[in-house]
Amino acid sequence: MIPEGSLLAAHDLRKTYGSTPALDGASFSVHPGEVVAVMGPSGSGKSTLLHCLAGIITPDSGTITYAGRELSAMSDAERSALRRSDFGFVFQFGQLVPELTCVENVALPLRLNGVKRKAAERTAREWMERLEVDDLGSQRPGEVSGGQGQRVAVARALAASPKVIFADEPTGALDSLNGERVMELLTEAARSANVAVVLVTHEARVAAYSDRDVTVRDGRARDLEHAV
Amino acid sequence: MGRGRLSDAYTSGVYTPCTVLVMSIGHTLLGLLESGPRHGYDLKRTFDEKFGQDRPLHYGQVYSTMSRLLKNGLVEVDGVESEGGPERKRYAITDAGITDVSQWLAQPEKPEPYLQSTLYTKVVLALLTDRSAADLLDTQRSAHLRMMRILTDRKRQGDLADQLICDHALFHLEADLRWLELTAARLDQLAKVVAP
Repeated sequence: MIPEGSLLAAHDLRKTYGSTPALDGASFSVHPGEVVAVMGPSGSGKSTLLHCLAGIITPDSGTITYAGRELSAMSDAERSALRRSDFGFVFQFGQLVPELTCVENVALPLRLNGVKRKAAERTAREWMERLEVDDLGSQRPGEVSGGQGQRVAVARALAASPKVIFADEPTGALDSLNGERVMELLTEAARSANVAVVLVTHEARVAAYSDRDVTVRDGRARDLEHAV
Repeated sequence: MGRGRLSDAYTSGVYTPCTVLVMSIGHTLLGLLESGPRHGYDLKRTFDEKFGQDRPLHYGQVYSTMSRLLKNGLVEVDGVESEGGPERKRYAITDAGITDVSQWLAQPEKPEPYLQSTLYTKVVLALLTDRSAADLLDTQRSAHLRMMRILTDRKRQGDLADQLICDHALFHLEADLRWLELTAARLDQLAKVVAP
């Protein structure tokens, strides 16, 4: 049921909103350091799948196993703690905290995990350098461009050394050149740190940065990689 | 060059050669035979109507293709009629022929520019023969994405010239993919249009 060596695996997930089924028997798995693109038309259930995998919403039925632990067996508090310690998130619009500077934003997950300010900001600056935005440390999100803001968001997702990054349309608001650079930096950094990436996108050029793709259609996930 | 002539040049120079590749005529005729035995003339007429808008088949092409298919055991002669005129053979597809069509439809095309017309033919034939056109499109999508992944990787490791060359190919493949997605979304509609 759980593919050997997988870090995060879901089996036969079902989720209904009212009378509308969003997931209808979806299965999924990702290995450490692997980048998997989740594709599919609008309303196919790909974001619901991502939210279930990340423990943000609970499926009606089915199992999600992370590092040998069943997510549904955890309390809300345990799932929140897991999200802070092991998961990183990048959304279409960076969702940076506007009142904080860029370096404070990147350091935020570390601070929430109890790391002292100085150490957290030192680590934050290292990631910002890697994402080529180290010169933006003292600026606030409203003062930087969309592409720069998204790189800051990627740095924030990586700063707390997560095991999995969930990226939902991370380049959706960027032009091609900026979008590609963000993908290049995100996938390079994730692979070198052995971080798995679950990448939801409807753009083929973005999905081409993945190792494997899964298509969600009518609430079911299909992996055609080995079907040919 | 006037507007009309430019359009003609585009149609004959770019679109027509892509309508149905020569290599797929045999498979297309075989697929058309799946619904029941037909004469060569009937096959040509149906082919022209469904796939040959800009390049109708020559009778010679039909008969040479049918001879080849006959020789390879993919079709058989189901009957011969004359009705006062020249003899007309009626062809029927064999089990080996059905397997051959299945294999052709299941095999993704090598991702390359201007293959949409071959894909269109495959999609229509899948619909006409009650095979899953959605599966065919998904398999092709996956083959395209695999090629895009290879090019993206090459781009990442290459210099600017490599990047631009790969980008050119990537944009073409992306356009194909959009067509695949749009077609997948319109399969029900298409099934009604192409129904015999």
